[in-house]
Amino acid sequence: MVLFTAEEKAAVTSLWGKVNVEEAGGEVLGRLLVVYPWTQRFFDSFGNLSSPSAIMGNPKVKAHGKKVLTSFGDAIKNMDNLKGAFAKLSELHCDKLHVDPENFRLLGNVMVIVLASHFGRDFTPDVQAAWQKLVAGVANALAHKYH
Amino acid sequence: MSLTKAERTIVVSMWGKIATQADVIGMEALERLFSSFPQTKTYFPHFDLHPGSAQLRAHGSKVLAALGDAVKSIDNVAGALSKLSELHAYVLRVDPVNFKLLSHCLLVTVASHFPADFTADAHAAWDKFLSTVSRVLTEKYR
Repeated sequence: MVLFTAEEKAAVTSLWGKVNVEEAGGEVLGRLLVVYPWTQRFFDSFGNLSSPSAIMGNPKVKAHGKKVLTSFGDAIKNMDNLKGAFAKLSELHCDKLHVDPENFRLLGNVMVIVLASHFGRDFTPDVQAAWQKLVAGVANALAHKYH
Repeated sequence: MSLTKAERTIVVSMWGKIATQADVIGMEALERLFSSFPQTKTYFPHFDLHPGSAQLRAHGSKVLAALGDAVKSIDNVAGALSKLSELHAYVLRVDPVNFKLLSHCLLVTVASHFPADFTADAHAAWDKFLSTVSRVLTEKYR
């Protein structure tokens, strides 16, 4: 089980309070699809993903990105029990969505990079370390129910 | 996975900005690596790894200088990094998984210093470029 120190929790929650979930969500998912184009395999129904600008401007990408990041917000409220918090979503990603858990790791790292670009100097090495722990915990929690 | 002409152009032009702060960026990337992925410290038992240490600064510069060599010969990264590739294969033997970790920390550092330039296109080009560098450096491992 991942254990977060008080400092790590503070680093995560204080930053999260300043995140525009809608905007950031679109950017995170968009960048995943741009930087790792093979991840587009899950989004055939999303329409035009033919170029970086098409992807970043795609309304379905933005909407889905917002959904994903809102879910991350739930993780942050449940940092002491990520596996419990994500049990249902884990089953969904395995049984219905058939997503390779490696994709959770890719998304987590893209998220860290987007946070770095938004928060600049405030995204210190210590803050990054707390977030790396969180995204790894979420990725593991989402993979936990796979069978 | 080789770089397109457009990707090379992006990498080379961003390098112009990165190079002006190469030392800071190199050191910061290493600091981020050691903070987020403490297991990477096992390769540096002989170093003072406190943030700001002279050794960290020197090593960060070294890493960025090598990246600069790769950028200058972006059409032939394997040629430019041939000696370094041998060093990593026969002497340093850093497990290949760590190149992804350092590449990630380099991207985080660049994103935090140059947010306006680090567009989705630039992110993709740099991720690909660093993958290429990583591949070259581990090419002779076995």
